[in-house]
Amino acid sequence: MMEIKLVKNILDANDRLAEDNKKAFEAAGTTVINMIGSPGSGKTSLILRTIEKLKDKCGIQVIEGDIASSIDAQTIAGKGIDALQINTEGECHLDANMIRQAVRSFELKPGLLFIENVGNLVCPAEFEIGEDFKVTVLSVPEGHDKPYKYPLVFSKSTAVVLTKCDLMPYIDFEMDTFISGIRSLNPNCRLFVVSSKTGEGIDEWASWLEGLRRR
Amino acid sequence: MHELSVTESLLDMSVEEAEKAGAAHIDEIKIVIGDLTGISEECVRFYFDIISEGTIAEHARLSFKRMPAVFRCSSCGHVFERERLAFSCPVCGSPGVLIDSGKELYIEGIEVSYDGDKTG
Repeated sequence: MMEIKLVKNILDANDRLAEDNKKAFEAAGTTVINMIGSPGSGKTSLILRTIEKLKDKCGIQVIEGDIASSIDAQTIAGKGIDALQINTEGECHLDANMIRQAVRSFELKPGLLFIENVGNLVCPAEFEIGEDFKVTVLSVPEGHDKPYKYPLVFSKSTAVVLTKCDLMPYIDFEMDTFISGIRSLNPNCRLFVVSSKTGEGIDEWASWLEGLRRR
Repeated sequence: MHELSVTESLLDMSVEEAEKAGAAHIDEIKIVIGDLTGISEECVRFYFDIISEGTIAEHARLSFKRMPAVFRCSSCGHVFERERLAFSCPVCGSPGVLIDSGKELYIEGIEVSYDGDKTG
């Protein structure tokens, strides 16, 4: 018997493909945001609101990841935005290879590319896809305890967007506990509190995104 | 939930390394998993048994080393592992900050045997 020392990241193959994707995005001048959140957290609504705010200021493209259906991509395309649907056929997350295959048939443009991951707070956190940064989207009804229950995604996100804040009066959402959890995992993380329904907080979020865009 | 992808990757990497070394069989794969990753060992073992069938890794032992998520108290500096639903310091109650990530997910090494070996 012999021992072979490795110390090799198990997702190394994925990470290498993600690096390739990143180079392609950089070359095209595309800033890529990996949007991660539970089903129904309001990721698509947030993207639609953001499109309204930013479409006259910078290029916007969207890739929608779902297990099945192309409802989300159709909704986005209906706004006159380039949208591509990826169906993962059962996989609970997007990986770098899926993105690589998808962008072959998609002309990357300078500006922002939102990649809406499969609705799930667990698995997408583990797989790099070549994004510039991750954003966790969490809605008020999901509860303030989520950073404690799903720490990985919060620890890896550059920003957290708390959506559906118009529901705050009806839900026992402890904002201090929520913020404290995020701060412990990720002290430099930005937090935006928004409502895609009323438009509250959308301006601040949109201008932050605009500032991060590659120029 | 994404254990299948992880297990496939784990198997591919181990087989590749063992073949590079000219080994006939993989006897053990040593895996390091951080507590924050949420990877279930049981689930990895389950998939591994199925997908390793007919490969040189069939019947290999999987050993897991868990790495805790470690926090440092922002106030008193005490270093501690997380409680179930809190990141606060067990000494003074102030919030801790994640220092030693617990995000690990790697293969530390593999034990292999060669043709003619009695072990494995």
